[in-house]
Amino acid sequence: MIVPIIFLVLCIVGSFFTGLPASFLVNEMIIRLARNLILVLSLILPIITGLGLNFAITLGAMAGQIALIIITNFSIGGSGGFFLSILISTPFAILFGFLVGKILNKAVGKEMITSMVLGFFANGIYQLVFLLFAGTIFPIRNDTLLLPSGVGIKNTVDLANIKYSLDHLIPFNKIKLPLFQKLAEYPIPTFLLTLLLFLLMGYLLKTKLGQDMRAVGQDPEVARISGINVEKTKIISVIISTVLAAWGQIIFLQNIGTMQTYGSHSQVGLFAVASLLVGGATVDKASWKEALIGTFLFHFLFVISPLAGQNLFGNAQIGEYFRVFVAYGVIGLALVLHAWEKDKAKITLSDID
Amino acid sequence: MKEFIKKVGFPRFIITVFLIALIILAVYLDIPLSGLLSDILVRFGMNAILVLAMIPGIQSGIGLNFNLPLGIIFGLIGALISIEFQLSGFLGLFVSILIAVPLAAIAGYFYGKMLNRIKGEEMTVGNYIGYSVVSVMCIFWLVAPFSSPELIWAYGGNGLRVTVSLESSMAHVLNDFLAFNIGNITIPTGLLLCFALFAFIVWIYGRSNKGLSMIVAGSNPNFAMSNGIDVDKQRIKGTVISTVLAAIGIIIYSQAFGFLQLYNAPLYSAMPAAAAILIGGATLKKANIVHVVVGTLLFQSLLVVALPVVNVIAEGSMSEVIRTIVSNGIILYALTRKEGETA
Repeated sequence: MIVPIIFLVLCIVGSFFTGLPASFLVNEMIIRLARNLILVLSLILPIITGLGLNFAITLGAMAGQIALIIITNFSIGGSGGFFLSILISTPFAILFGFLVGKILNKAVGKEMITSMVLGFFANGIYQLVFLLFAGTIFPIRNDTLLLPSGVGIKNTVDLANIKYSLDHLIPFNKIKLPLFQKLAEYPIPTFLLTLLLFLLMGYLLKTKLGQDMRAVGQDPEVARISGINVEKTKIISVIISTVLAAWGQIIFLQNIGTMQTYGSHSQVGLFAVASLLVGGATVDKASWKEALIGTFLFHFLFVISPLAGQNLFGNAQIGEYFRVFVAYGVIGLALVLHAWEKDKAKITLSDID
Repeated sequence: MKEFIKKVGFPRFIITVFLIALIILAVYLDIPLSGLLSDILVRFGMNAILVLAMIPGIQSGIGLNFNLPLGIIFGLIGALISIEFQLSGFLGLFVSILIAVPLAAIAGYFYGKMLNRIKGEEMTVGNYIGYSVVSVMCIFWLVAPFSSPELIWAYGGNGLRVTVSLESSMAHVLNDFLAFNIGNITIPTGLLLCFALFAFIVWIYGRSNKGLSMIVAGSNPNFAMSNGIDVDKQRIKGTVISTVLAAIGIIIYSQAFGFLQLYNAPLYSAMPAAAAILIGGATLKKANIVHVVVGTLLFQSLLVVALPVVNVIAEGSMSEVIRTIVSNGIILYALTRKEGETA
């Protein structure tokens, strides 16, 4: 529990130096929680299944962005467009998740580094497809999507059509009561959906499949002997993770309103993993509590650090770099501590015999 | 045919075929081959020492050293200090290396100590330690007490420049040393000799008693232990040598490139180096000089030839995309092999 406490202290101290009003911080945090929780949630299942941190949720985010490009191509907006993009992203995410699972099964013991390199590799393929094939092999109807030369998708895709399509799905502002007017400012439907997914995840872990996943995570050999198909269980776990990441990315982007075609997905794995670890999760233990606490603390730090850097050192850039360092550093530290514990456990076992 | 592919190795076969196809295309598109060849030689010399830094890591059993940025940072610091004192030419180069080596050795020692406590997770941890180091150093570059006008922003702005030009200090000193032309092709003799020197040191070290015990410790820790070799010490040795080579490597790279790249530039520097040695035929357990030479030559030729060819066919940063796909593809391939199988 030491990691979240350190970060809590860091957040509290930092927030004094920012001089930001509490109401602004609360609003900002509500929006950021709604945006990021599902992405963080998508990491939990692979950890339980013993695959470690699934850096390859980048592929899920790509599936989400593919769907968004498709609906923008056909100019489908509003909540219809949003649900259609969720629908389109799912088969892509299932396919990607299946491939990731297959590859991870071939790299047993090196899953984390493999998933990370896989993310980079897939990013290359993604760029190839959308820079070279879009407009040549795949016809694009919507000219505003294309670069001036007619080949390749633009760096920034405007998602104004589906902006807030989930966040403002329930028309609270139609009801002329002060309470509902207030509610309309917050992304209530997104929170409801997030809550639903968290509950479903909790339910899944209680089913036979969820128990199998736990068993595989604890000891694959024992699981195999007791008749569980270890490889298949791992693949299913990765598929669910990838699908959740795809949905999470769509929800993230409908809130932001613009998509960086070649950049939005690349940091998804990093920030989600850092969030989860800040919450006190480890490489082999994670639950919804860590996801919630971690997302809050990490993004709180994210909001305050540039201003804190400005006020403390007279240079906002220091704060910017500091938060990048926090993201990388917390992952590095968590990995070191975890590997250390495992190594210690090994020594004590060999001491016995 | 199948035998042949098996002998050369599947990834090398594919990459060679791809490379030949690109060269044919280049000839077809009237791109001058002599220019490409000169470029290949320079890029080979630039990158080869960074690739060489992978060898001690693999030999001593820590796998691909994804923490190259650690060494690179100290190489950059060495170069910055020598520029701060307005040293130029060979003196600047040697002083940079002289400052960088002990710093990198100390850092490598502590990093090696840490790696000994986390056996089995070296690559993942190394990657993120490398990222963390780079991001900490971003803050350092902002507040570092340098004052030479070459290094800091001319007006406004805090800290060091993002790229520091070496034009007035040590740019191209090795490239131009004894350089001569064959036809239109320039041979960067000094650069290639410099690589040959370091490659020879690494090779001869691998044959010496000390080097052999390091290799044994890496390839079979239990056997090494039963022969009285201190495996942990050997791993630290490998890490130190690798980090020092990375520091030297970036100085050589920068003098050939003509610029020092600070801030986020070293972030992904380990990936191309790891990819190159794997393309050359190394595995996560075994590597030698031949792998470095073959791998760097193939990988850099691919990038050099792809750039003009792809730019004719498609615009944008296509060669960067090819680099991403090839380098990460080959690392992925090596990671998914069973232990000991060649990549």
